Amino acid sequence: MDEKDIQVLIDGTVNYFHRVVDKSTEVGTPYLADHAEVVVSDFTGIIGISGARRGSIYFTAPSAMLSHILLKQGETDRSPDLMADIVGEVANTISGNARRAFGQEFMISVPTVLQGLAARQKLSLADRAFVIPISWKQYRAALVVSLT
Amino acid sequence: MKILIVDDSQVIRNRIQRAVGHRKFQQILTAANGREAIEVFKRERPRVVTLDITMPEMDGIAATAEMVRTDPGALILIVSAISDKPTAIEALKRGAHGFLLKPFTDQQLTDALQMLIKGL
Repeated sequence: MDEKDIQVLIDGTVNYFHRVVDKSTEVGTPYLADHAEVVVSDFTGIIGISGARRGSIYFTAPSAMLSHILLKQGETDRSPDLMADIVGEVANTISGNARRAFGQEFMISVPTVLQGLAARQKLSLADRAFVIPISWKQYRAALVVSLT
Repeated sequence: MKILIVDDSQVIRNRIQRAVGHRKFQQILTAANGREAIEVFKRERPRVVTLDITMPEMDGIAATAEMVRTDPGALILIVSAISDKPTAIEALKRGAHGFLLKPFTDQQLTDALQMLIKGL
């Protein structure tokens, strides 16, 4: 992955949050993931990537943030099932949007959702994985890009 | 007129349902994957379908082709995050009538549906 590739995913993240959540959402400067302490929050939506690039893209966020995102989508039901649904949908939308730049060979899977810190054991990161930090109100989330 | 909303995300199904609920559709049907969508489509024969692409069991492109084979008059709007041109062209070739990119606003959705059914 080079800087241009990362920028595509930063732009996709900004577009999603500004359009769906709130224009005050801030997408920070990406940094290299620490393999000793994989970034995970309450819910993690993972998209498997195959084709010309391989690996995964995951979005991880705290329940309170997902609850607010559901509210923004007009949901009155903010159960764990819907939190799992929306965390997968965010990962799916940002990954799918990246195909405009990456092309058809950037193949994305349906989302897999993991709950809690147990996700840490199940995630394996590429040698150079990047964390794109996202902040909205008092909440902190991240898009993690692990591609070869 | 019936509408079938197909997406593996319940949040998206609910959102589309709320956006179209007060419009001219007498019955709103939903399905969570392509295979389930085909079953509902064959049984209920909705005139309008909104269809995601990336779904378990059967994707939206294959489901589009099957629906058009069953009823060439079906009006199909693809609602997907998949944003590359070849995929959009493939969906249109298989018989879809429109393409709405996620994330979308309620206004964009209602505009896309209006365009779809304006000839009716």
